[in-house]
Amino acid sequence: MIDFSHLRQDFPVLQRRIHGKPLVFLDSAASSQKPTQVLDVMDAVYRTYYANVHRGAYLLSEESTTAYEEARGKVARFINAGSRSEVVFTRGATTALNMVAFGWGMDHLSAGDKIMLTMMEHHANMVPWQLVARRTGAELVYLPMTGDYRLDVDRIPELLDERVKVVSFTGMSNVTGTMPPVAEIAKVARDHGALVVVDAAQLVTHAPVDVQELGADFVAFSGHKMLGPTGIGALWGRPSLLEEMEPFEGGGEMISDVQLNGSTWAPVPHKFEAGTPPIVEAIGLGAAVDYLEKIGMELVRRHEQELTGYALDRLAELPAVRVFGPADLEHRGGVISFALGDVHPHDVATILDQEGIAVRAGHHCAKPLTRALGVPATVRASFQVYNTRQDVDALFAGLRRAEEVFRVD
Amino acid sequence: MSIEELYRDVILDHNRNPRNRGTLDHPDAHAEGNNPLCGDELTLDLLFDGDRVTEVAIQGQGCSISQSSASMMSQAIKGRTLDEVRNLIATFKAMMDIETAPSQTGLDPDRPGAVLGDLEALQGVRKFPVRIKCANLAWTTLEEALKSRQ
Repeated sequence: MIDFSHLRQDFPVLQRRIHGKPLVFLDSAASSQKPTQVLDVMDAVYRTYYANVHRGAYLLSEESTTAYEEARGKVARFINAGSRSEVVFTRGATTALNMVAFGWGMDHLSAGDKIMLTMMEHHANMVPWQLVARRTGAELVYLPMTGDYRLDVDRIPELLDERVKVVSFTGMSNVTGTMPPVAEIAKVARDHGALVVVDAAQLVTHAPVDVQELGADFVAFSGHKMLGPTGIGALWGRPSLLEEMEPFEGGGEMISDVQLNGSTWAPVPHKFEAGTPPIVEAIGLGAAVDYLEKIGMELVRRHEQELTGYALDRLAELPAVRVFGPADLEHRGGVISFALGDVHPHDVATILDQEGIAVRAGHHCAKPLTRALGVPATVRASFQVYNTRQDVDALFAGLRRAEEVFRVD
Repeated sequence: MSIEELYRDVILDHNRNPRNRGTLDHPDAHAEGNNPLCGDELTLDLLFDGDRVTEVAIQGQGCSISQSSASMMSQAIKGRTLDEVRNLIATFKAMMDIETAPSQTGLDPDRPGAVLGDLEALQGVRKFPVRIKCANLAWTTLEEALKSRQ
Protein backbone atom coordinates (compact mmCIF):
# COMPACT_ATOMS: atom_id res chain seq x y z
CA MET A 1 0.00 0.00 0.00
CA ILE A 2 1.66 3.18 -1.20
CA ASP A 3 1.20 6.17 1.05
CA PHE A 4 1.33 9.55 -0.66
CA SER A 5 -0.43 11.47 2.11
CA HIS A 6 2.75 13.48 2.85
CA LEU A 7 2.38 15.06 -0.62
CA ARG A 8 -0.84 16.78 0.38
CA GLN A 9 0.99 19.53 2.23
CA ASP A 10 2.53 20.58 -1.09
CA PHE A 11 -0.90 21.60 -2.42
CA PRO A 12 -2.08 24.73 -0.60
CA VAL A 13 -5.64 24.56 -1.96
CA LEU A 14 -6.21 21.23 -0.22
CA GLN A 15 -6.23 23.14 3.09
CA ARG A 16 -9.49 24.81 2.10
CA ARG A 17 -12.82 24.06 3.62
CA ILE A 18 -15.84 23.91 1.34
CA HIS A 19 -19.27 24.53 2.89
CA GLY A 20 -17.60 23.92 6.25
CA LYS A 21 -16.09 20.57 5.23
CA PRO A 22 -12.51 19.72 4.22
CA LEU A 23 -12.04 19.87 0.46
CA VAL A 24 -12.02 16.46 -1.22
CA PHE A 25 -10.84 17.20 -4.75
CA LEU A 26 -11.81 14.45 -7.17
CA ASP A 27 -11.84 16.35 -10.46
CA SER A 28 -8.19 16.23 -11.49
CA ALA A 29 -9.04 14.70 -14.85
CA ALA A 30 -10.56 18.08 -15.72
CA SER A 31 -7.61 19.96 -14.27
CA SER A 32 -5.23 19.16 -11.46
CA GLN A 33 -4.23 21.28 -8.48
CA LYS A 34 -0.77 22.81 -8.31
CA PRO A 35 1.99 22.16 -5.77
CA THR A 36 3.95 24.96 -4.08
CA GLN A 37 7.00 23.75 -6.00
CA VAL A 38 5.32 24.86 -9.25
CA LEU A 39 3.78 28.04 -7.86
CA ASP A 40 7.09 29.20 -6.37
CA VAL A 41 9.04 28.65 -9.55
CA MET A 42 6.49 30.64 -11.58
CA ASP A 43 6.42 33.41 -9.03
CA ALA A 44 10.22 33.61 -9.06
CA VAL A 45 10.29 34.04 -12.83
CA TYR A 46 8.11 37.15 -12.69
CA ARG A 47 9.91 38.53 -9.65
CA THR A 48 13.51 37.96 -10.61
CA TYR A 49 14.28 37.38 -14.28
CA TYR A 50 11.22 37.72 -16.48
CA ALA A 51 11.70 38.98 -20.04
CA ASN A 52 10.68 37.86 -23.50
CA VAL A 53 12.55 34.88 -24.89
CA HIS A 54 14.78 34.50 -27.95
CA ARG A 55 14.98 38.24 -28.50
CA GLY A 56 16.95 40.46 -26.20
CA ALA A 57 20.72 40.71 -26.05
CA TYR A 58 20.46 41.40 -22.36
CA LEU A 59 20.82 39.25 -19.29
CA LEU A 60 17.15 38.91 -18.28
CA SER A 61 16.13 37.73 -21.72
CA GLU A 62 19.04 35.32 -21.74
CA GLU A 63 17.98 33.91 -18.37
CA SER A 64 14.33 33.62 -19.42
CA THR A 65 15.34 31.95 -22.66
CA THR A 66 17.58 29.49 -20.84
CA ALA A 67 14.83 28.61 -18.34
CA TYR A 68 12.26 28.25 -21.15
CA GLU A 69 14.52 25.95 -23.16
CA GLU A 70 15.50 23.99 -20.05
CA ALA A 71 11.81 23.39 -19.43
CA ARG A 72 11.58 21.99 -22.95
CA GLY A 73 14.48 19.73 -22.11
CA LYS A 74 12.70 18.52 -18.97
CA VAL A 75 9.54 17.71 -20.90
CA ALA A 76 11.60 15.93 -23.55
CA ARG A 77 13.34 13.80 -20.94
CA PHE A 78 10.03 13.12 -19.15
CA ILE A 79 8.58 11.46 -22.24
CA ASN A 80 11.95 10.06 -23.41
CA ALA A 81 12.07 12.12 -26.59
CA GLY A 82 15.17 11.74 -28.74
CA SER A 83 16.01 15.41 -28.36
CA ARG A 84 14.44 18.57 -26.98
CA SER A 85 13.77 19.87 -30.49
CA GLU A 86 11.13 17.14 -30.84
CA VAL A 87 9.01 18.95 -28.25
CA VAL A 88 6.85 21.84 -29.46
CA PHE A 89 5.31 23.98 -26.76
CA THR A 90 1.62 24.60 -27.43
CA ARG A 91 -1.30 26.12 -25.58
CA GLY A 92 -2.40 22.64 -24.55
CA ALA A 93 -3.35 19.26 -25.95
CA THR A 94 -6.22 20.79 -27.93
CA THR A 95 -3.90 23.16 -29.81
CA ALA A 96 -1.38 20.36 -30.33
CA LEU A 97 -4.04 18.14 -31.92
CA ASN A 98 -5.30 20.99 -34.09
CA MET A 99 -1.72 21.63 -35.24
CA VAL A 100 -1.45 18.06 -36.49
CA ALA A 101 -4.96 17.85 -37.91
CA PHE A 102 -4.53 21.07 -39.90
CA GLY A 103 -0.74 21.19 -40.35
CA TRP A 104 -0.41 17.62 -41.53
CA GLY A 105 -3.98 16.80 -42.53
CA MET A 106 -4.58 19.66 -44.97
CA ASP A 107 -1.50 18.65 -46.99
CA HIS A 108 -1.95 14.90 -46.89
CA LEU A 109 -5.66 14.18 -46.92
CA SER A 110 -8.02 14.33 -49.86
CA ALA A 111 -11.43 13.07 -50.88
CA GLY A 112 -11.72 9.33 -50.40
CA ASP A 113 -9.12 9.16 -47.63
CA LYS A 114 -10.15 8.06 -44.18
CA ILE A 115 -9.33 9.31 -40.71
CA MET A 116 -9.68 6.64 -38.05
CA LEU A 117 -10.68 7.77 -34.57
CA THR A 118 -12.27 5.83 -31.73
CA MET A 119 -15.57 6.01 -29.88
CA MET A 120 -13.65 7.07 -26.78
CA GLU A 121 -12.28 10.34 -28.02
CA HIS A 122 -12.51 13.63 -26.22
CA HIS A 123 -13.96 16.36 -28.45
CA ALA A 124 -10.39 17.72 -28.72
CA ASN A 125 -9.39 14.67 -30.75
CA MET A 126 -12.61 14.53 -32.72
CA VAL A 127 -13.73 18.01 -33.72
CA PRO A 128 -10.38 19.12 -35.30
CA TRP A 129 -10.48 16.02 -37.53
CA GLN A 130 -14.12 16.72 -38.40
CA LEU A 131 -13.12 20.22 -39.48
CA VAL A 132 -10.27 18.89 -41.61
CA ALA A 133 -12.47 16.12 -43.02
CA ARG A 134 -15.00 18.71 -44.10
CA ARG A 135 -12.34 20.71 -45.94
CA THR A 136 -10.48 17.81 -47.54
CA GLY A 137 -13.38 15.49 -48.28
CA ALA A 138 -11.84 12.77 -46.12
CA GLU A 139 -14.17 10.44 -44.20
CA LEU A 140 -14.18 9.60 -40.50
CA VAL A 141 -14.31 6.04 -39.24
CA TYR A 142 -14.58 5.09 -35.61
CA LEU A 143 -13.13 2.10 -33.83
CA PRO A 144 -15.93 0.86 -31.53
CA MET A 145 -15.82 -0.05 -27.87
CA THR A 146 -16.33 -3.51 -26.39
CA GLY A 147 -18.95 -4.39 -23.78
CA ASP A 148 -16.32 -4.04 -21.06
CA TYR A 149 -15.42 -0.49 -22.10
CA ARG A 150 -12.22 -1.28 -23.99
CA LEU A 151 -11.32 -0.46 -27.56
CA ASP A 152 -12.39 -3.26 -29.86
CA VAL A 153 -8.91 -3.89 -31.28
CA ASP A 154 -10.16 -7.04 -33.03
CA ARG A 155 -12.03 -4.76 -35.42
CA ILE A 156 -8.87 -2.92 -36.48
CA PRO A 157 -7.86 -5.26 -39.37
CA GLU A 158 -11.30 -4.89 -40.92
CA LEU A 159 -11.56 -1.10 -40.46
CA LEU A 160 -7.96 -0.28 -41.31
CA ASP A 161 -8.21 -0.43 -45.09
CA GLU A 162 -5.83 1.16 -47.56
CA ARG A 163 -7.79 4.42 -47.48
CA VAL A 164 -7.02 5.08 -43.81
CA LYS A 165 -4.27 7.71 -43.73
CA VAL A 166 -4.43 8.72 -40.06
CA VAL A 167 -5.20 6.87 -36.86
CA SER A 168 -5.68 9.26 -33.95
CA PHE A 169 -6.72 7.93 -30.56
CA THR A 170 -6.59 8.50 -26.84
CA GLY A 171 -3.94 7.01 -24.59
CA MET A 172 -6.41 7.04 -21.72
CA SER A 173 -10.10 7.85 -21.78
CA ASN A 174 -11.15 10.84 -19.71
CA VAL A 175 -14.55 9.19 -19.19
CA THR A 176 -14.06 5.46 -18.66
CA GLY A 177 -10.42 5.57 -17.58
CA THR A 178 -9.67 2.93 -20.24
CA MET A 179 -6.01 2.63 -21.22
CA PRO A 180 -5.90 1.11 -24.70
CA PRO A 181 -2.84 -0.87 -25.83
CA VAL A 182 -1.26 2.18 -27.46
CA ALA A 183 1.96 0.57 -28.69
CA GLU A 184 0.07 -2.37 -30.19
CA ILE A 185 -2.39 -0.16 -32.08
CA ALA A 186 0.36 2.24 -33.14
CA LYS A 187 2.41 -0.59 -34.60
CA VAL A 188 -0.44 -2.03 -36.63
CA ALA A 189 -1.41 1.41 -37.93
CA ARG A 190 2.15 2.46 -38.81
CA ASP A 191 2.91 -0.84 -40.51
CA HIS A 192 -0.16 -0.10 -42.54
CA GLY A 193 1.32 3.27 -43.51
CA ALA A 194 -1.02 5.47 -41.51
CA LEU A 195 0.06 8.44 -39.43
CA VAL A 196 -0.39 7.67 -35.73
CA VAL A 197 -1.43 10.40 -33.32
CA VAL A 198 -1.93 9.82 -29.61
CA ASP A 199 -3.94 12.14 -27.38
CA ALA A 200 -2.02 11.68 -24.14
CA ALA A 201 -3.75 14.45 -22.17
CA GLN A 202 -4.78 11.96 -19.46
CA LEU A 203 -2.15 9.30 -19.98
CA VAL A 204 0.86 11.54 -19.40
CA THR A 205 -0.04 12.24 -15.79
CA HIS A 206 -1.37 8.81 -14.85
CA ALA A 207 1.37 6.50 -16.15
CA PRO A 208 4.94 6.62 -17.45
CA VAL A 209 5.02 7.76 -21.07
CA ASP A 210 7.93 6.79 -23.30
CA VAL A 211 7.39 8.04 -26.81
CA GLN A 212 9.96 5.56 -28.15
CA GLU A 213 7.95 2.68 -26.72
CA LEU A 214 4.56 4.08 -27.79
CA GLY A 215 5.74 4.12 -31.39
CA ALA A 216 3.39 6.93 -32.46
CA ASP A 217 4.20 9.76 -34.86
CA PHE A 218 2.74 12.52 -32.72
CA VAL A 219 1.85 12.68 -29.04
CA ALA A 220 -0.14 15.58 -27.57
CA PHE A 221 -0.68 16.61 -23.96
CA SER A 222 -1.48 19.51 -21.63
CA GLY A 223 0.38 20.88 -18.64
CA HIS A 224 -2.58 21.70 -16.44
CA LYS A 225 -3.66 18.10 -15.90
CA MET A 226 -0.13 17.13 -14.76
CA LEU A 227 0.20 19.58 -11.86
CA GLY A 228 1.40 22.38 -14.16
CA PRO A 229 -0.28 25.66 -15.11
CA THR A 230 -2.96 26.27 -17.73
CA GLY A 231 -2.08 27.69 -21.15
CA ILE A 232 0.82 25.33 -21.81
CA GLY A 233 1.07 21.90 -23.35
CA ALA A 234 3.24 20.06 -25.78
CA LEU A 235 3.28 18.25 -29.07
CA TRP A 236 5.95 15.61 -29.50
CA GLY A 237 6.62 14.61 -33.07
CA ARG A 238 9.03 12.49 -35.06
CA PRO A 239 11.80 14.81 -36.29
CA SER A 240 11.22 14.09 -40.00
CA LEU A 241 7.51 14.85 -39.66
CA LEU A 242 8.12 18.06 -37.74
CA GLU A 243 10.58 19.11 -40.42
CA GLU A 244 8.11 18.48 -43.17
CA MET A 245 4.90 19.74 -41.51
CA GLU A 246 3.70 23.26 -42.29
CA PRO A 247 3.33 25.66 -39.37
CA PHE A 248 -0.21 26.03 -38.10
CA GLU A 249 0.24 29.66 -37.07
CA GLY A 250 2.40 32.40 -38.52
CA GLY A 251 3.89 35.33 -36.69
CA GLY A 252 6.94 36.47 -34.83
CA GLU A 253 9.57 34.09 -33.55
CA MET A 254 8.70 31.31 -36.00
CA ILE A 255 10.47 32.78 -39.03
CA SER A 256 13.96 32.61 -40.42
CA ASP A 257 13.47 35.41 -42.92
CA VAL A 258 10.47 37.43 -44.03
CA GLN A 259 10.23 38.98 -47.49
CA LEU A 260 7.24 40.78 -48.89
CA ASN A 261 6.24 37.78 -50.94
CA GLY A 262 7.01 34.98 -48.56
CA SER A 263 9.01 33.75 -45.65
CA THR A 264 11.20 30.93 -44.52
CA TRP A 265 10.73 29.20 -41.22
CA ALA A 266 12.82 29.03 -38.12
CA PRO A 267 14.15 25.57 -37.31
CA VAL A 268 11.99 23.01 -35.48
CA PRO A 269 10.49 23.41 -32.91
CA HIS A 270 10.45 27.21 -33.15
CA LYS A 271 8.64 27.29 -36.46
CA PHE A 272 5.59 26.01 -34.59
CA GLU A 273 5.80 28.60 -31.81
CA ALA A 274 4.54 31.81 -33.37
CA GLY A 275 4.32 34.87 -31.16
CA THR A 276 5.43 35.31 -27.58
CA PRO A 277 4.98 31.89 -26.02
CA PRO A 278 3.55 31.22 -22.54
CA ILE A 279 7.04 31.60 -21.06
CA VAL A 280 6.24 31.39 -17.38
CA GLU A 281 3.77 28.59 -17.93
CA ALA A 282 6.38 26.56 -19.81
CA ILE A 283 8.83 27.01 -16.95
CA GLY A 284 6.03 26.05 -14.56
CA LEU A 285 5.43 22.89 -16.58
CA GLY A 286 9.12 22.11 -16.23
CA ALA A 287 8.72 22.41 -12.45
CA ALA A 288 5.69 20.09 -12.56
CA VAL A 289 7.79 17.55 -14.46
CA ASP A 290 10.48 17.85 -11.76
CA TYR A 291 7.84 17.24 -9.11
CA LEU A 292 6.40 14.15 -10.81
CA GLU A 293 9.84 12.74 -11.62
CA LYS A 294 10.88 13.11 -8.01
CA ILE A 295 7.96 10.88 -7.03
CA GLY A 296 8.54 8.64 -10.03
CA MET A 297 5.86 7.91 -12.61
CA GLU A 298 6.01 4.15 -11.96
CA LEU A 299 5.04 4.85 -8.37
CA VAL A 300 2.40 7.38 -9.46
CA ARG A 301 0.83 4.66 -11.60
CA ARG A 302 0.93 2.07 -8.81
CA HIS A 303 -0.51 4.46 -6.25
CA GLU A 304 -3.32 5.27 -8.60
CA GLN A 305 -4.03 1.62 -9.39
CA GLU A 306 -4.29 0.87 -5.68
CA LEU A 307 -6.55 3.83 -5.09
CA THR A 308 -8.71 2.98 -8.11
CA GLY A 309 -9.01 -0.62 -6.95
CA TYR A 310 -10.06 0.55 -3.52
CA ALA A 311 -12.60 2.98 -5.00
CA LEU A 312 -14.10 0.33 -7.28
CA ASP A 313 -14.44 -2.02 -4.29
CA ARG A 314 -16.16 0.64 -2.21
CA LEU A 315 -18.49 1.65 -5.04
CA ALA A 316 -19.42 -2.01 -5.45
CA GLU A 317 -20.83 -1.85 -1.92
CA LEU A 318 -23.55 0.45 -3.26
CA PRO A 319 -25.95 -1.63 -5.37
CA ALA A 320 -27.35 1.51 -7.04
CA VAL A 321 -23.93 2.48 -8.43
CA ARG A 322 -23.14 1.43 -11.99
CA VAL A 323 -19.53 2.03 -13.09
CA PHE A 324 -18.80 2.71 -16.77
CA GLY A 325 -15.27 1.44 -17.21
CA PRO A 326 -13.05 -1.64 -17.25
CA ALA A 327 -12.86 -3.62 -14.02
CA ASP A 328 -9.31 -4.81 -14.77
CA LEU A 329 -6.83 -2.38 -13.18
CA GLU A 330 -4.22 -3.25 -15.81
CA HIS A 331 -6.38 -1.65 -18.47
CA ARG A 332 -7.52 1.46 -16.69
CA GLY A 333 -6.39 4.53 -14.82
CA GLY A 334 -7.82 6.60 -12.00
CA VAL A 335 -10.82 8.08 -13.74
CA ILE A 336 -14.13 6.54 -12.67
CA SER A 337 -17.43 7.42 -14.32
CA PHE A 338 -20.60 6.11 -12.79
CA ALA A 339 -24.34 6.50 -12.34
CA LEU A 340 -26.17 6.44 -9.02
CA GLY A 341 -29.53 4.80 -9.67
CA ASP A 342 -31.60 7.17 -11.75
CA VAL A 343 -30.45 10.25 -9.85
CA HIS A 344 -29.20 12.77 -12.35
CA PRO A 345 -25.42 13.31 -12.21
CA HIS A 346 -25.85 17.05 -11.61
CA ASP A 347 -27.96 16.37 -8.57
CA VAL A 348 -25.34 13.94 -7.28
CA ALA A 349 -22.61 16.53 -7.86
CA THR A 350 -24.56 19.23 -6.02
CA ILE A 351 -25.09 16.99 -3.01
CA LEU A 352 -21.41 15.95 -3.00
CA ASP A 353 -20.38 19.60 -3.25
CA GLN A 354 -22.31 20.32 -0.06
CA GLU A 355 -20.11 17.65 1.55
CA GLY A 356 -16.96 19.40 0.26
CA ILE A 357 -16.42 16.85 -2.51
CA ALA A 358 -15.62 18.13 -5.99
CA VAL A 359 -16.57 15.76 -8.82
CA ARG A 360 -17.49 16.37 -12.43
CA ALA A 361 -20.96 15.70 -13.77
CA GLY A 362 -21.79 15.83 -17.45
CA HIS A 363 -20.63 14.42 -20.76
CA HIS A 364 -16.95 15.27 -20.10
CA CYS A 365 -16.45 16.71 -23.59
CA ALA A 366 -17.02 13.25 -25.03
CA LYS A 367 -20.64 13.34 -26.14
CA PRO A 368 -20.50 10.43 -28.60
CA LEU A 369 -18.97 8.23 -25.89
CA THR A 370 -21.50 9.28 -23.25
CA ARG A 371 -24.26 8.59 -25.76
CA ALA A 372 -22.79 5.14 -26.42
CA LEU A 373 -22.92 4.46 -22.69
CA GLY A 374 -26.67 5.03 -22.98
CA VAL A 375 -26.82 7.89 -20.48
CA PRO A 376 -27.16 11.65 -20.85
CA ALA A 377 -24.31 12.26 -18.43
CA THR A 378 -22.22 10.55 -15.77
CA VAL A 379 -20.68 11.45 -12.44
CA ARG A 380 -16.90 11.28 -12.65
CA ALA A 381 -14.39 10.98 -9.83
CA SER A 382 -10.73 11.19 -10.83
CA PHE A 383 -7.50 10.89 -8.91
CA GLN A 384 -4.12 12.56 -8.73
CA VAL A 385 -1.08 11.99 -6.55
CA TYR A 386 -2.65 13.95 -3.67
CA ASN A 387 -5.74 11.76 -3.32
CA THR A 388 -6.04 9.23 -0.51
CA ARG A 389 -8.26 6.41 0.70
CA GLN A 390 -9.87 8.96 3.01
CA ASP A 391 -11.00 10.85 -0.10
CA VAL A 392 -12.59 7.67 -1.42
CA ASP A 393 -14.29 7.09 1.93
CA ALA A 394 -15.64 10.65 1.83
CA LEU A 395 -17.00 10.00 -1.66
CA PHE A 396 -18.67 6.83 -0.42
CA ALA A 397 -20.30 8.67 2.48
CA GLY A 398 -21.37 11.49 0.13
CA LEU A 399 -23.03 9.00 -2.21
CA ARG A 400 -24.85 7.49 0.74
CA ARG A 401 -26.09 10.99 1.51
CA ALA A 402 -27.27 11.44 -2.08
CA GLU A 403 -29.13 8.13 -1.85
CA GLU A 404 -30.82 9.38 1.29
CA VAL A 405 -31.89 12.71 -0.24
CA PHE A 406 -33.19 11.05 -3.40
CA ARG A 407 -34.54 8.02 -1.57
CA VAL A 408 -32.66 5.53 -3.69
CA ASP A 409 -33.48 2.01 -2.54
CA MET B 1 -28.24 26.02 3.79
CA SER B 2 -29.05 22.35 3.99
CA ILE B 3 -29.41 20.24 0.90
CA GLU B 4 -33.02 19.48 1.86
CA GLU B 5 -33.85 23.15 1.29
CA LEU B 6 -32.88 22.62 -2.33
CA TYR B 7 -34.41 19.22 -2.83
CA ARG B 8 -37.87 19.85 -1.34
CA ASP B 9 -40.37 17.02 -1.43
CA VAL B 10 -42.47 18.73 -4.07
CA ILE B 11 -39.44 18.98 -6.38
CA LEU B 12 -38.58 15.32 -5.90
CA ASP B 13 -42.20 14.43 -6.56
CA HIS B 14 -42.40 16.38 -9.83
CA ASN B 15 -39.03 14.93 -10.85
CA ARG B 16 -40.25 11.40 -10.24
CA ASN B 17 -43.74 11.90 -11.66
CA PRO B 18 -43.52 14.70 -14.21
CA ARG B 19 -46.89 16.15 -15.23
CA ASN B 20 -48.05 16.84 -18.79
CA ARG B 21 -45.41 14.61 -20.37
CA GLY B 22 -45.45 14.00 -24.08
CA THR B 23 -45.77 15.81 -27.39
CA LEU B 24 -48.72 17.27 -29.33
CA ASP B 25 -49.44 16.38 -32.95
CA HIS B 26 -50.36 19.86 -34.14
CA PRO B 27 -49.09 22.37 -31.59
CA ASP B 28 -49.78 26.08 -32.01
CA ALA B 29 -46.43 26.81 -30.46
CA HIS B 30 -43.29 24.71 -30.12
CA ALA B 31 -39.76 25.21 -28.87
CA GLU B 32 -36.71 23.18 -27.92
CA GLY B 33 -34.27 24.20 -25.25
CA ASN B 34 -31.04 22.80 -23.90
CA ASN B 35 -28.18 23.59 -21.57
CA PRO B 36 -25.11 22.53 -23.55
CA LEU B 37 -23.04 22.62 -20.39
CA CYS B 38 -25.14 20.10 -18.48
CA GLY B 39 -26.98 18.34 -21.25
CA ASP B 40 -30.45 19.17 -19.92
CA GLU B 41 -32.93 18.98 -22.80
CA LEU B 42 -36.55 20.01 -23.20
CA THR B 43 -39.19 20.23 -25.90
CA LEU B 44 -42.37 22.15 -25.29
CA ASP B 45 -45.64 22.02 -27.25
CA LEU B 46 -48.59 24.36 -26.61
CA LEU B 47 -52.17 24.50 -27.83
CA PHE B 48 -54.17 27.72 -27.62
CA ASP B 49 -57.83 28.62 -27.67
CA GLY B 50 -57.73 32.30 -28.54
CA ASP B 51 -55.14 33.65 -26.18
CA ARG B 52 -55.64 30.93 -23.59
CA VAL B 53 -53.26 27.97 -23.17
CA THR B 54 -55.39 24.84 -23.33
CA GLU B 55 -52.77 22.07 -23.67
CA VAL B 56 -49.14 21.76 -22.59
CA ALA B 57 -46.85 18.85 -23.41
CA ILE B 58 -43.26 18.53 -22.32
CA GLN B 59 -40.61 16.02 -23.23
CA GLY B 60 -37.07 16.03 -21.99
CA GLN B 61 -34.32 14.77 -19.81
CA GLY B 62 -32.07 16.33 -17.28
CA CYS B 63 -31.51 16.98 -13.62
CA SER B 64 -34.27 17.10 -11.02
CA ILE B 65 -34.23 20.90 -10.97
CA SER B 66 -34.73 21.33 -14.72
CA GLN B 67 -37.32 18.58 -14.99
CA SER B 68 -39.35 19.52 -11.92
CA SER B 69 -39.33 23.17 -12.96
CA ALA B 70 -40.74 22.14 -16.34
CA SER B 71 -43.37 19.92 -14.78
CA MET B 72 -44.55 22.60 -12.35
CA MET B 73 -44.52 25.20 -15.10
CA SER B 74 -46.75 23.03 -17.26
CA GLN B 75 -49.32 22.92 -14.49
CA ALA B 76 -49.03 26.62 -13.78
CA ILE B 77 -49.61 27.81 -17.35
CA LYS B 78 -52.36 25.42 -18.39
CA GLY B 79 -55.65 27.30 -18.66
CA ARG B 80 -53.99 30.71 -18.34
CA THR B 81 -54.21 33.61 -20.79
CA LEU B 82 -51.14 34.92 -22.59
CA ASP B 83 -50.96 37.93 -20.27
CA GLU B 84 -51.13 35.70 -17.22
CA VAL B 85 -48.43 33.44 -18.65
CA ARG B 86 -46.19 36.45 -19.29
CA ASN B 87 -46.73 37.59 -15.71
CA LEU B 88 -45.80 34.13 -14.43
CA ILE B 89 -42.62 34.18 -16.48
CA ALA B 90 -41.67 37.59 -15.09
CA THR B 91 -42.38 36.55 -11.49
CA PHE B 92 -40.51 33.28 -11.85
CA LYS B 93 -37.50 34.99 -13.39
CA ALA B 94 -37.47 37.56 -10.59
CA MET B 95 -37.59 34.76 -8.04
CA MET B 96 -34.58 33.11 -9.71
CA ASP B 97 -32.60 36.31 -10.23
CA ILE B 98 -29.95 36.62 -7.52
CA GLU B 99 -29.75 40.34 -8.30
CA THR B 100 -33.37 40.75 -7.21
CA ALA B 101 -33.82 41.01 -3.45
CA PRO B 102 -36.24 38.38 -2.07
CA SER B 103 -38.58 41.23 -0.97
CA GLN B 104 -38.70 42.53 -4.56
CA THR B 105 -39.67 39.26 -6.22
CA GLY B 106 -43.40 39.83 -5.72
CA LEU B 107 -43.73 36.68 -3.60
CA ASP B 108 -45.49 36.85 -0.23
CA PRO B 109 -43.11 35.51 2.45
CA ASP B 110 -45.99 35.10 4.90
CA ARG B 111 -48.02 32.99 2.54
CA PRO B 112 -45.70 30.52 0.83
CA GLY B 113 -47.11 29.30 -2.45
CA ALA B 114 -49.70 32.09 -2.67
CA VAL B 115 -48.26 33.59 -5.85
CA LEU B 116 -46.48 30.82 -7.76
CA GLY B 117 -47.83 27.72 -6.03
CA ASP B 118 -45.53 24.70 -6.01
CA LEU B 119 -43.03 26.63 -8.09
CA GLU B 120 -42.02 28.60 -5.02
CA ALA B 121 -40.27 25.46 -3.80
CA LEU B 122 -37.60 26.32 -6.38
CA GLN B 123 -36.57 29.41 -4.40
CA GLY B 124 -33.88 27.32 -2.74
CA VAL B 125 -32.06 27.13 -6.09
CA ARG B 126 -31.01 30.78 -5.67
CA LYS B 127 -28.53 29.59 -3.08
CA PHE B 128 -26.94 27.24 -5.65
CA PRO B 129 -26.02 29.65 -8.44
CA VAL B 130 -24.69 27.01 -10.85
CA ARG B 131 -28.11 25.36 -10.84
CA ILE B 132 -30.18 28.48 -11.64
CA LYS B 133 -29.77 27.77 -15.35
CA CYS B 134 -31.38 24.38 -14.78
CA ALA B 135 -34.44 25.94 -13.13
CA ASN B 136 -34.74 28.55 -15.88
CA LEU B 137 -34.49 26.18 -18.84
CA ALA B 138 -38.23 25.45 -19.06
CA TRP B 139 -39.03 29.16 -18.82
CA THR B 140 -36.63 30.31 -21.51
CA THR B 141 -38.01 27.51 -23.68
CA LEU B 142 -41.52 28.79 -22.95
CA GLU B 143 -40.50 32.29 -24.06
CA GLU B 144 -39.17 30.80 -27.31
CA ALA B 145 -42.41 28.90 -27.82
CA LEU B 146 -44.47 32.06 -27.37
CA LYS B 147 -42.29 33.81 -29.94
CA SER B 148 -42.81 30.93 -32.37
CA ARG B 149 -46.55 31.53 -32.16
CA GLN B 150 -46.35 35.21 -32.99
